[in-house]
Amino acid sequence: MAHIQVPEGAPGILGPMAISPESTKALRELVEVLLRGPNTLTAAEREIIAMYVSSQNDCCFCQLSHGAAAAEHLGGDYDLIDRVKRNYATAEISGKLKSLLAIAGKVQQGGKHVTSEDVMRAREQGATDKEIHDTVLIAAAFCMFNRYVDGLDTWQPTDPNDYREMGQIMANVGYVRPNWEKTGEAA
Amino acid sequence: MVFSPETPKPLCDLVQVLLTGPHSLTPAEREMIATYVSSQNDCMYCQSCHGSTAAQHLGGSDADYELIAGIKQNYEATAISSRMKALLAIAGKVQKGSKHLTGKDVAHARQEGATDKEIHDTVLIAAAFCMFNRYVDDLATWQPRDPEIYREIGMMTAQLGYVGRDYKKPLKANAAKPDKVEV
Repeated sequence: MAHIQVPEGAPGILGPMAISPESTKALRELVEVLLRGPNTLTAAEREIIAMYVSSQNDCCFCQLSHGAAAAEHLGGDYDLIDRVKRNYATAEISGKLKSLLAIAGKVQQGGKHVTSEDVMRAREQGATDKEIHDTVLIAAAFCMFNRYVDGLDTWQPTDPNDYREMGQIMANVGYVRPNWEKTGEAA
Repeated sequence: MVFSPETPKPLCDLVQVLLTGPHSLTPAEREMIATYVSSQNDCMYCQSCHGSTAAQHLGGSDADYELIAGIKQNYEATAISSRMKALLAIAGKVQKGSKHLTGKDVAHARQEGATDKEIHDTVLIAAAFCMFNRYVDDLATWQPRDPEIYREIGMMTAQLGYVGRDYKKPLKANAAKPDKVEV
């Protein structure tokens, strides 16, 4: 049972979101802009950053749901997402994304860990300042979302297969949908 | 934020809802939670802005600023309510990481009169400042050091909130230092 009273059966973030509609609207609009808004980083790359930070924070719900969304953006390549999570350095992703994941990992550790060498390396791999900015902000935002989900000790399915449908909705429909408050559907 | 035209709006909307929206915690109490988490994260800019805003919500006297400084140093020794102390203990656990908050911390806050919604909001405010602090510090932003600048920011924020403000308008305290620009 979560630390506070939330609707039974609502997985992860959807529990606390259900009891706080005003903050939920702002959180959903933020994640929509960060992960699906117009950007030179693809939606898959941004979901991978979210998934990676969530796995470093050991947040089961966020890493499985955003991992599923990333895989769905890539045509259902769940194996690649697993390899990125296990060791992104050896996974078949671009050098640019690897350097951005290194930055995201530093942000996950705290507010003072990213060095100018980290930023330089990302620039050398072709990352723009805007992409570095967005990586820092996505990583920082998932330090928030992960704390919201796990800090309140929410109920979370542990079977990755339970997240496939959620990942499809996240990838294809997004995070801000009409009437989501009323339906209580998965994000 | 100037650099990224599409992200300031959702970020400002979020902080507006969290710190000024209709709520049983007062704006001063919510700003205290933001200040305390930012000081635990050692984010100079956030703890100074939100500390000043909290002090302004309390009236803006020197004693109010001293109370906020005391909360950052050791909130247990200050004159704030025991409910507020229990909520700051929760915020401090959230700052450390996502798995530190215990059922005991939550039960203690309830005993002190905190509602589930207040506990929810405390966790979310603390989590949000783990985001804002990282955003500010990991990008190695320039941060003013002059307390007068933060006093002015706090006064404006307490009066105007976070949305619909002209953030590019120069601060009076900055006018004396033309080589500095507001971030």
